[in-house]
Amino acid sequence: MKIVVTLPDDAVHDLTVQAGGSLMDAMRKAGLPVRAECGGAMACATCHVVVDEAWIAKTGRAGDEESDLLDMSDYRSGNSRLSCQIRLTDSLDGLKVTLQLDAFEG
Amino acid sequence: MTDSVVIIGAGQAGGQTALSLRQNGFEGTITLIGDEPYVPYERPPLSKSYLAGDVAEERMFMRPAAFYAEKHIVLMPRTTVARIDRAAKKVRLAGGTQLPYTELVLATGGRVRKMTCPGADLPGVHYLRNIDDVLGFRDRITAGLKLVIVGGGYIGLEVAAVAIKRGCRVTVLEMLPLVLNRVVAPEMSHFYTDVHRTAGVDLRTSTGVTAFEGDGKVERVRFGDAVIDADLVIVGIGIIPNVELAADAGLAVDNGIMVDECTRTADPDIFAAGDCSNHFNAIVGARLRLESVPNALAQGKAAALAILGRPEPVVEVPWFWSDQYDLKLQMTGLSRPGDQIIIRGSMAERKFSACYLREGVFVACQSVNMAKDFIQSKKLIADRATPDPAKLADPAIALRDL
Ligand SMILES: Cc1cc2nc3c(=O)[nH]c(=O)nc-3n(C[C@H](O)[C@H](O)[C@H](O)COP(=O)(O)OP(=O)(O)OC[C@H]3O[C@@H](n4cnc5c(N)ncnc54)[C@H](O)[C@@H]3O)c2cc1C
Ligand code: FES
Repeated sequence: MKIVVTLPDDAVHDLTVQAGGSLMDAMRKAGLPVRAECGGAMACATCHVVVDEAWIAKTGRAGDEESDLLDMSDYRSGNSRLSCQIRLTDSLDGLKVTLQLDAFEG
Repeated sequence: MTDSVVIIGAGQAGGQTALSLRQNGFEGTITLIGDEPYVPYERPPLSKSYLAGDVAEERMFMRPAAFYAEKHIVLMPRTTVARIDRAAKKVRLAGGTQLPYTELVLATGGRVRKMTCPGADLPGVHYLRNIDDVLGFRDRITAGLKLVIVGGGYIGLEVAAVAIKRGCRVTVLEMLPLVLNRVVAPEMSHFYTDVHRTAGVDLRTSTGVTAFEGDGKVERVRFGDAVIDADLVIVGIGIIPNVELAADAGLAVDNGIMVDECTRTADPDIFAAGDCSNHFNAIVGARLRLESVPNALAQGKAAALAILGRPEPVVEVPWFWSDQYDLKLQMTGLSRPGDQIIIRGSMAERKFSACYLREGVFVACQSVNMAKDFIQSKKLIADRATPDPAKLADPAIALRDL
């Protein structure tokens, strides 16, 4: 399946990834500079992405605990998600997200 | 001569140094030397999801193997550095090969503290630090196994939680009167003791192991006059920082390799990051040696920036997490005995935070299934906030509104 990730420096990455894992895993596997400090334990909020408006219905919005973690971010928006909490299923083929600055390995 | 950075230790601190160097435009040579057979990986799952068999190795890799080649980072796995020659600016590998460096990063982490009592070298007595350690016993964690865990720290308790789920008969032996004694208040310690006992763990405190016994393999664990049967023993009694290379090279060592706030040692071309290093933390106001992923990553990045001539001090509230059963423990700051402790929320409902005040200043927070408090507490600690204790005790008032 394909996903499109825009980095905070506006670089756009078209990635071919395997369904099944999390979006964070897929980005990391593709070598993108995502911090993801806790490795998907939902403990760090450094895997923050904003989901493209056209896809938010399919990914769903952040759950309660996820929202609590995102709430402290300066880059929080309505479509904010923790990428480690988005499971890549076939229905997300073509997914578009933007990595946020607080998740960017600068 | 072009810059040539040599990094000793391919854990998360070493890996992060290499990634951050390239990410920030470093164009010289990067050589990442590690004695393990893997690319840099995350250790936290070793006592959690990886032990439970829920994730594959690749899932723990910071970046896939191909990434390093792509970024021209030379990986030297299965390779041990034997010596640093500061005068010649070279490291010597165990095989005798010499490698020159312009800057050197020590990211050597720590090694497990071993038991020294009689029988400690019997087969069946295991430790847990590496992927290979886990592979040495993971298959045996099955129903009915009599597992004895020595040490009631995070790692021991996380292993207990996984093993109980698998149907093992689990005993945890802790020498001190309280589990998690190094880092949490007695209230928290009692909470975790109850959780484990309720789950079926035979958890015994004030119990120091005096011998392992058995015929050719461990079969019993002795503590004083008492003895219990064991099919497998896993020891988790802490680590010893790997500082010998630095000490032999004449660098200052005192519970870790001494570095400044940008990870530089007294030698301007040598840096140290992660579990092996001892730094001054401006937020805590003391020198520390931290054993946590966030610290390894922050210091790895700081080493890279310092090498690039853009030093930035690490100013981070220490934080850590531990997953046991359905409990997500998330901790910020460092508590000490004598701190005033205020509980927010409900221990009975397994959703609460322990907040620590020292002379009125908010210094630490340990949240169980309260991600909101965890994330918001970082700012309070960094700001040295002095919240009203009565308000702090009310979970309806968000920490950030205090
Ligand atoms: C089971 C377990 C669970 C954990 N859970 C958590 C958690 O939930 N959250 C958290 O924040 N932290 C956790 N930690 C701690 C965290 O993993 C460490 O703080 C972190 O790995 C430190 O990284 P490091 O790179 O400094 O050291 P290490 O990961 O120890 O890496 C150092 C590497 O250098 C190698 N090395 C040493 N000397 C030499 C030499 N002379 N030549 C070549 N190679 C050498 C070592 O073999 C090792 O591979 C856990 C640790 C363990 C073991
Ligand atoms: S990787 Fe830490 S919350 Fe997603």
